[in-house]
Amino acid sequence: MSGKIVVGYDGSAAGRRALDFALARAKAQGASVLIAHVLEWSPYSFLTPDELEERHVRRKEEMARAESAVIAPMLEKIADSGVEIETVIKYGKIAEKLTEIAKEVGAMQLVVGRDGESSLAARVFGSTAGTLVQIATVPTTIVP
Amino acid sequence: MKTYIRAAMAAYLLMAGATSAQGIDATINQAFADYTGWYVSFIFAPIPGTTFSWIAMWLVVAAVIFTLYFGFIQFKGFVHSIKLVKGDYSDPNDAGEVSHFQALATALSGTVGLGNIAGVAVAVGIGGPGATFWMVIAGLFGMATKFTECTLGVKYRNEYPDGTVSGGPMYYMVKGFKERGLPGGGIMAVIFCFFTILGALGGGNMFQANQAHAQIANVFGDFPGYITGTVLALITFAVIVGGLKSIARVTEKVVPFMGIFYVAISLFILMMNADQIGWAFGQIFMGAFTGLGVLGGFTGALIQGFRRAAFSNEAGIGSAAIAHSAVRTKEPVTEGYVALLEPFIDTVVICTMTALVIVITGVLNQDPETGLYIWNAELGRIQTDGAVSGVALTSAAYAREFAWFPVLLMVAVVLFAFSTMISWSYYGLKAWTYLFGEGKTKEVIFKMIFCLFIIIGASANLGPVIDFSDAMLFSMSIVNIIALYFLMPIVKAELTSYVKRLKSGEIKKFV
Repeated sequence: MSGKIVVGYDGSAAGRRALDFALARAKAQGASVLIAHVLEWSPYSFLTPDELEERHVRRKEEMARAESAVIAPMLEKIADSGVEIETVIKYGKIAEKLTEIAKEVGAMQLVVGRDGESSLAARVFGSTAGTLVQIATVPTTIVP
Repeated sequence: MKTYIRAAMAAYLLMAGATSAQGIDATINQAFADYTGWYVSFIFAPIPGTTFSWIAMWLVVAAVIFTLYFGFIQFKGFVHSIKLVKGDYSDPNDAGEVSHFQALATALSGTVGLGNIAGVAVAVGIGGPGATFWMVIAGLFGMATKFTECTLGVKYRNEYPDGTVSGGPMYYMVKGFKERGLPGGGIMAVIFCFFTILGALGGGNMFQANQAHAQIANVFGDFPGYITGTVLALITFAVIVGGLKSIARVTEKVVPFMGIFYVAISLFILMMNADQIGWAFGQIFMGAFTGLGVLGGFTGALIQGFRRAAFSNEAGIGSAAIAHSAVRTKEPVTEGYVALLEPFIDTVVICTMTALVIVITGVLNQDPETGLYIWNAELGRIQTDGAVSGVALTSAAYAREFAWFPVLLMVAVVLFAFSTMISWSYYGLKAWTYLFGEGKTKEVIFKMIFCLFIIIGASANLGPVIDFSDAMLFSMSIVNIIALYFLMPIVKAELTSYVKRLKSGEIKKFV
């Protein structure tokens, strides 16, 4: 069968572990992998007038940087995996955006990593992995 | 960077010298009064036979005309405005661009400020509780003015090849007039920018610094204003010249919460006095039509209310059109919808809160027998506990319920003043670069002048200077509203097309 596995990748070691896990599953099942890089963004944040003016330019720069610094080097490393790979860069709340992407492409599975540290912030506001457990609409694997 | 610091130091020494020498103060006052007094008197001149300044009338009449012309858009479009701010109509693929919410929040932090706290107290102190009623009415009409100017601001903004945008009245004056085949757009834009620069240095800067110092001195006791001015100027300098974005970012984040907190405390005080809310509304309605003992009766209340609303939410001044133009949208009208919430939040919600608390806490002295307010003819306002007015009256009203309130109010006033200054430094800069062209050196020159004026504003009592700068702020509205009258058919066409496509489902809802 040919399905799609969406993996959340942010350039961290945990992200790399999630990606390796997804690649192994994809290879075994003959599925493809969609690497999703989400830039944390809220349309309800507060910006100064200068930031408003430059926002469009900054966004372009951020997208380019994500592409060249996060996605491109990784694609190079996994080029010989033999799995069909696509990439996507989006803005939004990470957990929500990943769920949305998975739904959009009809993914059979969603894979994310977690760094295992339980910071105070994560306890108060919840972590990406924790939120996904609650809101994901496709089977989700959290790779420790 | 080093040269900037040296220049700032030199400026500081200069100012410190100036303020310590009272003679120079007096000289500046006199010179300003001599040369600009006629203009100030002209702008704030009353309509013959009344005490109502024609400039406030100019703003209110415009608001009424726009309201009628756009068929009460502020009521019909209110729900749609909220949906737009929530992002219901925003394309998810545009995430990361400036949202409607962000444009609104930034514009609001430029308008919510001392007017809401100190200005309202002045209005209620002179016009009685009835002023509140007229203030709300004027605020509701002002929503249509904002709708008009911000739609045009987005429609005629400049988008540069590098992706940055610049918008505002100067752009719709030039491009809009050209499109309609009307002459004079270029001249109006230049006049508007000239007034904007002076308004930014005045109402958007000196007045703010001056009042921030007043409230700090109110809490800590009197000390020289140039100290407050220098500190504020250095922080502003670090932000707008040194590029220290973090301070601006912190302010932008704290100010909205300060505003929410202010409303929450007001609501709390109102709930604590829940049994008197009915009475307070009675006072407001009765006062609106009879004056309840204030000078001039019904008209006294009306004048104060209208004035406060017009001067507080900046509807018609043109500043908001600059702030709103950075939003990412294909439909200029959507930003108009969003902008109409601004006078609502600023005037109808926040100003009203201040007014209600002042009325309900009973700091305005009433004659227990007649129920009329006691008029202090000597001070020209209603008699209050401690005979205070302005920010001190607001402070006293809230302090009746919470003793710690003056300290909080001080923090709020300083933050509001600072965020207003940051916003106005931007508006002023936009006008400056429009007149003199873009360029690092030219921009730094304006920013340095701006910081200098903070110190001037906070130092000593430069009454005539501040009057003059207020006059400049309202002069912006003369050219701006004339332009709005000529361009409103364009807004109407945009609105009609938008509403049609919204109904047909061509404009999609994403949520």
